[in-house]
Amino acid sequence: MSIDLNAHPRLSPGCRMNEKTQQPRTLLMPERALRLHGPSLEIVERCDGKRSVQQIIAELQELYSKAEPTKVEQDILGYLALLQKERALDFEP
Amino acid sequence: MTSTSANDPLALIAELTHRCPLHCVYCSNPLALTQRTTELSTADWSRVFQEAAALGVLQADFTGGEPLTRPDILDLIRAARAAGLYVNLITSGMPLDESRLEALTQAGLDHFQLSFQGAREETAQEISGTKAHAQKLRVLEWLKHHRLAVTLNFVIHRRNLDQLPEMLALAESSSATRVEFAHVQYYGWAFANRDSLLPTREQLMQSVDFFKKSQERLTGKIRIEYVVPDYYAKYPKPCMGGWGRKLMLITPNGDALPCHAARVIPHLSFENVKDHSLQEIWESSEAFQKFRGESWMQDPCKTCDRRTQDFGGCRCQAFLLAADAAATDPVCSLAPQRPKVDAILATVAQASACAPTNISTESKPAWLYRPNPA
Repeated sequence: MSIDLNAHPRLSPGCRMNEKTQQPRTLLMPERALRLHGPSLEIVERCDGKRSVQQIIAELQELYSKAEPTKVEQDILGYLALLQKERALDFEP
Repeated sequence: MTSTSANDPLALIAELTHRCPLHCVYCSNPLALTQRTTELSTADWSRVFQEAAALGVLQADFTGGEPLTRPDILDLIRAARAAGLYVNLITSGMPLDESRLEALTQAGLDHFQLSFQGAREETAQEISGTKAHAQKLRVLEWLKHHRLAVTLNFVIHRRNLDQLPEMLALAESSSATRVEFAHVQYYGWAFANRDSLLPTREQLMQSVDFFKKSQERLTGKIRIEYVVPDYYAKYPKPCMGGWGRKLMLITPNGDALPCHAARVIPHLSFENVKDHSLQEIWESSEAFQKFRGESWMQDPCKTCDRRTQDFGGCRCQAFLLAADAAATDPVCSLAPQRPKVDAILATVAQASACAPTNISTESKPAWLYRPNPA
């Protein structure tokens, strides 16, 4: 399934980050958990239903300005697709 | 390398009670159920959740019995959330109305797993020994109005395998993001009722085909998890992710077990959370050390390349089928005791050849129903 650049990804019900005081930062999901650091944490923290996929890409391209912008975009789309397959994201219009 | 040192446990399975409005013929509870009067208090459980989180546990699975029969269920959810845990509730949905569901959500419940015994009232009633299906359908409607992860749990077997498309349709019409199709595993009450539950190989293969095609169709909408009956497997399952490696189960009275069925293993004693901290129990109790690592293994496991993947399979199954808890899991095609499993499967194949399986007309088995504890 392809990711719509204009959609607004948001963590699905029952998918949430652990508390900011808990280390390592972890995405908690039904029967699963993913440890997040660096770019994966930056991506998930922006899946708030307010930012579009396009905006998330732009923000991370700025944050990782030394990286090749198309590579940043590909990595983000790949990671969002993985979370979609885990059923951790809802994509709102 | 032989190692018996402990990793961090990931999940705590909290069997809050053995009381249950259902009497399912495949219940994973032990045949000897824990009495209500010996159940842990709210304060005991709250301390256990704190200790679990400190040990690195991420998730608490509230199960039973029926966890909603605990009058303090809201306090228990709040206590687990306060400890920093993710809270799963595995429930029949029976002692529930819409306002109590609202209260569960408010208390911080993360994930609601609703068990189904079939897609039809008559099957559900035969399996659970009670009328529960209509209530479950009501709960599914209420769940649509709450921001909770929802999983439908279908336990499947010979008597309801023909209902898979109906079960999935039910899930698709609900707010579920996950569906678990778990073929019965043969322990506890399921072991006692095994001969009436085991599917044929052909039925099993058809079900796996259905799961794979459905997952393809529903990716991004519903995640489908399925568990096959390991009697038909070539290699054993990595039971509990390895003995004492990832999971810890606390029984209603506070005994700490490496798995649901561990009480069947003779001469194995279990520490209680009222006497010892979870850390002590996890790291050094006899029960958790007994089959941790590889030093207990016999041939063929001892030198097998797969021992780091399946950890020798299930110790309880080894005892139930081979009368030796340290034997290679007899479902393994390399196990010396595999012929015992093949003999059981041959009986199933023979019975189905004599009476071609038409589930709805097959005469009703003489079930052994799980009772309620005193």
